[in-house]
Amino acid sequence: MKNHVWRPLYIAIALVLLAVAARFIIVPSDFGVHERGYMYGWHRKSNEAEWKAVTVKYQTAKSCIPCHKEKYDDIKDSPHGKISCENCHGPRLGHPNDPKRLEINRARSLCLRCHTKLPYNGTLRGSMKGINPDTHYPQAECMMCHYPHDPRRQSHGQEVKR
Amino acid sequence: MMNRRQFCKKMFLVAGGVALPLAALELFDPKRLQAEKGGKGDTRWVFLIDTHKCVGCGFCVKACKIENEVPYDAKVSRTWVERYVVTKGGETLIDSPNAARDGFTSSRSDQNHNGLIDIKNEDIAKAFFVPKLCNQCDNPPCVQVCPVGATYQTADGVVLVDRSWCIGCGYCVMGCPYGVRFFHPVHHVAEKCNFCYHRITKGMSTACVDACPFGARRIGNLRDPKDPVTKIITTERVGVLKEEYGTKPQVFYLGLSMEVK
Repeated sequence: MKNHVWRPLYIAIALVLLAVAARFIIVPSDFGVHERGYMYGWHRKSNEAEWKAVTVKYQTAKSCIPCHKEKYDDIKDSPHGKISCENCHGPRLGHPNDPKRLEINRARSLCLRCHTKLPYNGTLRGSMKGINPDTHYPQAECMMCHYPHDPRRQSHGQEVKR
Repeated sequence: MMNRRQFCKKMFLVAGGVALPLAALELFDPKRLQAEKGGKGDTRWVFLIDTHKCVGCGFCVKACKIENEVPYDAKVSRTWVERYVVTKGGETLIDSPNAARDGFTSSRSDQNHNGLIDIKNEDIAKAFFVPKLCNQCDNPPCVQVCPVGATYQTADGVVLVDRSWCIGCGYCVMGCPYGVRFFHPVHHVAEKCNFCYHRITKGMSTACVDACPFGARRIGNLRDPKDPVTKIITTERVGVLKEEYGTKPQVFYLGLSMEVK
């Protein structure tokens, strides 16, 4: 074969080899078709472990009980007993080392999530006790009158103090 | 000297040689033949939402954002709660203020350019809340459209995004019929609910399930016949969202209404 045919062919072959070599270096060895087949399972396998390694921030209300038995006894039979501690006090990650204290959220907005009266008949929200936040003591903290761990009890200054 | 016939032959050879490698260099992979759907394994995560129990407190959204490090004040969220207010005139008002991160603390419904609309109590035919999250479809369209293999489905049925592999083209954001995908404001790659994969693989519940005081959200394993969630899905009247798209969603709803899209 003549030179003028081979020369461009060499370049073409070199380009292909370059592409193959680049792919070999750039693409991780665990990248490929996995359990869910080509259409849904084409991925880098080690990414699954990366997602599993994300830090758990909310460590569940159960993990609060060993140290805060008295608070658990305080709330367990109350209508608010089904609310997870971390919903109001924030995620437990790091506590009690860092942060030493979790927040005590006294904002009205926290209670209003459920207790803004919405007139939705036939729903759980409609039948829950609620207020109109614009007319029901708008300047006051709910905790001045209502004890958050057990709303059936009236709040005494003592109990809401830190 | 080369004549025209020889030249054409050689050119076909060269063209063929150049075109061949792309397809041929990928070695035959028996796993590809086994691209059988459903797969094996003893875990298939499913979600069950009981809309009768949801009161729209939004604790699920708050917990999700903190647990999964989605910037708290950004207008994006992996999960959200929608409020449907259907009037006696047949009009449906849907809103989800700030993804319901702070719950629904007003009867006024945010209707974008139409402003806040307050329906009088006596005009409300029905009103209810619907939590939404990724459906972890059995036929995920978002995965099919990914050009680089950055999003995929695990053996246990959860659709994940590889943050180091995503190029940010946004096809998946457009491809999801449920609108659950968005760009992560910090990582600048596609982001979505993954059923708290770091929690469920450790035997925990998702953050939203743990945060829900009313048991409106539950997660279960469809391959475990003793799982209470599986029992409900297989024996009770459950519905899914946008069934007509053929995506086979794995989030099941109790008490769906026809207004819910």
